[in-house]
Amino acid sequence: MRTQARLGLFLLLTPLVLWLSLLIFIPHVDMFLVSLRERVGVGEYRLSLANYLTFINEPLYLRTFLRTAVMSVIATVITLMIAFPVSYYIAKIARGRTRSALFLLCLVPFWVSELVRTFGWMILLRETGLISNLLQFVGLTDAPVEMLYNDAAIMVGLVYTSMLFMVVPLVTTLESLPDEVIEAGYDLGGSGVAVMREIVIPHAMPGIVSGSIIVFMLSLGNYLTPTMLGGKDSLWFTELIYSQFIVRFNWELGAAFGFLLLGLSSAIVWGMLKLTGQSLEKSMG
Amino acid sequence: MKASTTLSVSALSLSIALLSGPAGAETLRLLTWGGYAPEDVVALFEEQTGHTVEVTRSNNEEMIAKLRATGGGGFDLVQPSQDRIAGPQEEFGIYKPIDMSKIDTSLFIPSMLAATQANTTVGGEVYGVPHVWGTSGLVLDTAQADMVADYTDLCSDAVAGRVSYRLKRPTLIGFAFAMGLDPFAAYGDEAAYTDIMSQVEERLIDCKPNVKTYWGGGDELMGLMRSGEVVASMAWDTGGWKLNADNPDITFVAPASGALGWVDTFALPARGQADDAAYDWINFVMQPEIAAMITAAAGNFTASDGAAAFADDALKARYEASFPPEAIDNIKWYPPVPAGLEVIEGGVLDRVKAAN
Repeated sequence: MRTQARLGLFLLLTPLVLWLSLLIFIPHVDMFLVSLRERVGVGEYRLSLANYLTFINEPLYLRTFLRTAVMSVIATVITLMIAFPVSYYIAKIARGRTRSALFLLCLVPFWVSELVRTFGWMILLRETGLISNLLQFVGLTDAPVEMLYNDAAIMVGLVYTSMLFMVVPLVTTLESLPDEVIEAGYDLGGSGVAVMREIVIPHAMPGIVSGSIIVFMLSLGNYLTPTMLGGKDSLWFTELIYSQFIVRFNWELGAAFGFLLLGLSSAIVWGMLKLTGQSLEKSMG
Repeated sequence: MKASTTLSVSALSLSIALLSGPAGAETLRLLTWGGYAPEDVVALFEEQTGHTVEVTRSNNEEMIAKLRATGGGGFDLVQPSQDRIAGPQEEFGIYKPIDMSKIDTSLFIPSMLAATQANTTVGGEVYGVPHVWGTSGLVLDTAQADMVADYTDLCSDAVAGRVSYRLKRPTLIGFAFAMGLDPFAAYGDEAAYTDIMSQVEERLIDCKPNVKTYWGGGDELMGLMRSGEVVASMAWDTGGWKLNADNPDITFVAPASGALGWVDTFALPARGQADDAAYDWINFVMQPEIAAMITAAAGNFTASDGAAAFADDALKARYEASFPPEAIDNIKWYPPVPAGLEVIEGGVLDRVKAAN
């Protein structure tokens, strides 16, 4: 009986273990070994930390990483500020079919690929685009306005792309908050702000934390949106990794950048959790 | 039980028979550029030889990266530019030598075949034969930017904010020539090349406010030029000729310092599995009539001897307008890129991208 249970567990775990080891663990080990190589001549390599030193010694790379991280944090905060009222409305105020319809509306943009969505923004924002023409038609400007190729355009794209990943966990956690608890808060004389601060937000905290982590990681790892909407100033860390691998044939530096991204982004998430007094166990359930 | 075994055995042998097909027929996995293997050419080839062709579209860097990742496997015939064969071959060993006896050399323009062979020879073996050639230079809206005569003019105030180019190595090379430097002569000398590149870097950073955006793909550039958001750009000749068909003001101009000439080749990946089909494909597409079909699709001329006679007259007229005889003599053909230069250029490109 005992051995049978153990065999069952073993068989059930096999796909997961195979998946993790073959597709995640082994490629990472291989990448790590590549990142420790230094090219010394044609087809000759030696073991060294040169690639990691390049990251530290070349201010450009460090600055790019910081820029990417800061922009991702800002994108996460903006997403949260827009998504929270939306989720609250969907979970607590809307009823019946309105509610399903609103949730569906959040979902609809994700039925097309990210590429198409980003092109949509390019059509809206470009100099000969919809918004520029509209402004001229209304008479607010008399010359075409270029709204593409700057950091604000990147931010719009990032927030739009990650909105759903904030709304879903927020709606789920807010739905689990009984309406009576909110009513009780008002009955006891709490103002709208106090109820929000003392009851709703603490209850929604796991949703806020998990949503924020997902959005932050998605923004940090995004390649398409910054490249397409950012134009000439769109430097993004993932773009650096791509160009090291594909354009420069410099896999060694690209692999080192990949590991730095993994390590630094994990450190940022950990730091944010500590700073806000949250823990991963609490938010995940 | 017995019946089902017999059934599955016969089904197996049937599927083997279907897979192997007629004797000698193979599947050719072709890694190429957009337009180099048009559907009508593929259909004709499959009909005449019995081989099947799977086409994957890509660009130089991705081709080399893909072959490097698989050690030269996954494809049977690839088409990198002639300057990107010797370096990667020495460094990564991703190609296998071409058996010239299996190629009908009479189909090629002799001077182009000889030049490509010389540039793609490593250790006495030839690794590439020429296919499609063309140049990069300037695409201008002549109604608004006819003062632009060379790459460095893209930085003039007259076209401020209405300029685009790629942030890739052709731009670095083009600017170096326009600044009166000779990067090709410095290919073998890393210190001299670094010096040239740092001068180019400075110029490109100064020029950055003039640039609307760095274009990434041909379609993006077309959009920018068609909408009039950009009036002058560094681009391929075909891009300019395509735009010229829609708007007679826009055309390709060979810069004063010389257009940069490239030749895309045929090369065999080290672990290709259908060499016979690959040789059949090369000999098939180099026939003048077929080469003319590829010229019609890709917009560029091929190294096929006599194919020009079959080319579209409108395209020939555009070519002659862009290239007076002295401009043809002034084309700077890319010599083979030595391994390691990409790292120097990469640093320059990253710093230009990050500057503001």
